[in-house]
Amino acid sequence: MLSPIILVPAVLNGLLTGAVYALVALGLTLIYGVLHIINFAHGALLTCAMFAAFFAHRLLGLDPYLAALGLTPVFFCLGYGLQRFVIGPAAHGEDRNILLVTLGLAVVIENALLYAFRADTRTINLPYGFDVVEVGPAFLSVPRVIGFGVVIAVALALWLIMRFTDTGKAIRAVAREKLGAELSGIDVAHIYAVTFGLGTACLAIAACLLLPTYYVNPHAGNAFVLIAFTIVVLGGMGSVAGALLGGLIIGVVESLSGLYLGESLGQVGIFIIFILVLLFRPSGLFGERA
Amino acid sequence: MAELLAIEGLQAGYGATEILRGIDLAVNENEIVAVLGSNGAGKSTLNRAISGVLPPWRGTIRFEGKAIERARPSAIVAQGLIHVPEGRRIFPNMTVAENLDLGCYARARARRAENRARVFGIFPRLAERQAQSAGTLSGGEQQMLAIGRGLMAEPKLLILDEPSLGLSPKLVEELFALIQRINAQGIALLLVEQNVMQSLEVARRAYVLDNGAIVLQGSAADVRDDPDLKRAYLGM
Ligand SMILES: Nc1ncnc2c1ncn2[C@@H]1O[C@H](COP(=O)(O)OP(=O)(O)O)[C@@H](O)[C@H]1O
Ligand SMILES: [Mg+2]
Repeated sequence: MLSPIILVPAVLNGLLTGAVYALVALGLTLIYGVLHIINFAHGALLTCAMFAAFFAHRLLGLDPYLAALGLTPVFFCLGYGLQRFVIGPAAHGEDRNILLVTLGLAVVIENALLYAFRADTRTINLPYGFDVVEVGPAFLSVPRVIGFGVVIAVALALWLIMRFTDTGKAIRAVAREKLGAELSGIDVAHIYAVTFGLGTACLAIAACLLLPTYYVNPHAGNAFVLIAFTIVVLGGMGSVAGALLGGLIIGVVESLSGLYLGESLGQVGIFIIFILVLLFRPSGLFGERA
Repeated sequence: MAELLAIEGLQAGYGATEILRGIDLAVNENEIVAVLGSNGAGKSTLNRAISGVLPPWRGTIRFEGKAIERARPSAIVAQGLIHVPEGRRIFPNMTVAENLDLGCYARARARRAENRARVFGIFPRLAERQAQSAGTLSGGEQQMLAIGRGLMAEPKLLILDEPSLGLSPKLVEELFALIQRINAQGIALLLVEQNVMQSLEVARRAYVLDNGAIVLQGSAADVRDDPDLKRAYLGM
């Protein structure tokens, strides 16, 4: 066994990493829970958001946290438009088609980014990029602590929207009973697009939280989405609370397995969990049984 | 008496299969109209076509004189044509109060509180269970909730598709009394039912649907007395 001096920082760092994973997973699970599709363009859209945050800093000198205020509504609109005018019409109501459309979208976006920016990896330098804060035996990166706080705030905001606004109630209604929602006067195409917009907006926030400590290249988003997919399965497909808790758990698992198995094998733990969940609890922690 | 709903030459179906083969049907203001027919006759398909969830192939549907056969379901609801579907289709993951509130989503939103109080007046049972998750209600309560959600939108025409399905005889009795009470508030009803005799008692007029076409129509009394009714069209 390792001493608390090593264990505590590993757990805390795992929670910080896990929070950003959770935010990416939140977008994925929201879209799955309402549209009942897996959005294969999620990773490419995250990459887009990271490039947007990168250039907001490079060209406009905007701090990523400030850029988030602008990029979040922009990506909401982007997601809304994609679902309303591209994915929805192209799918003709067939889930199989939606799958292919989002997959195609991912290929197009990634290759457009590759064409425009090559495969180069870019980072930004911020005065606070390497600041740390001491918590007990651990030194935690300040940008990542901020990220953690923002993710909790975003999850809380999403929960409040879902519980108390008319649009949030309509989203929950469509998720479970589409025909009943339509006959209550809810415009399902609009609600689908709003949901897709919310999921995409989560990516803009995640990108801005990642950028101070992470790099961007045309494939940067994919690593996160693979992990986010594990989280969605662990938390229960479509469960917002599950995505948050699942993200934190996966962050800690990754950190601890890195500690025990070595840095390069950190993600092995994640995929062991993935397989165990599929074997023993396929509905996930918070998933509804069929 | 003014025509509220007027359907002419309505054809609709699923995929390439035609189900409705040219329907003409009207509902006047303040009227209860029964639509009868055996299982699979096309009654629910007719309701889906009227409320816009199944776009018609051909024909016209006018509601208060306005063409609605190309309108989206949300726009049709906003005009006051409310369809309470077969199988209730309530939101099981939400509370009774939230279900009712969503009835006001596209219409009468400003009078949500008054409408809720009115619905609770009609269904005191729902008032007691406001905070309960709708999925845990009994079948009868779920049917009340579905009708209550429809009433929240202040309907001018309420379509009820097999509201008595799965209810005990006593509850069915109550349901037909309720239908008359709703009608007494000035709401027209299109009532799709398997309970033929009870429906013909409350309805002013009736249509009998068979294999996607109307085979018998007239005043409720005439339809009831028609010798062909039971034998040929209702499979009794
Ligand atoms: N979603 C659907 N897809 C294909 N066929 C359907 C669908 N719904 C109903 N049908 C068919 O349409 C016919 C009429 O069904 P329906 O309108 O539900 O009848 P009713 O309500 O009178 O019992 C039936 O033959 C049924 O099998
Ligand atoms: Mg039916």
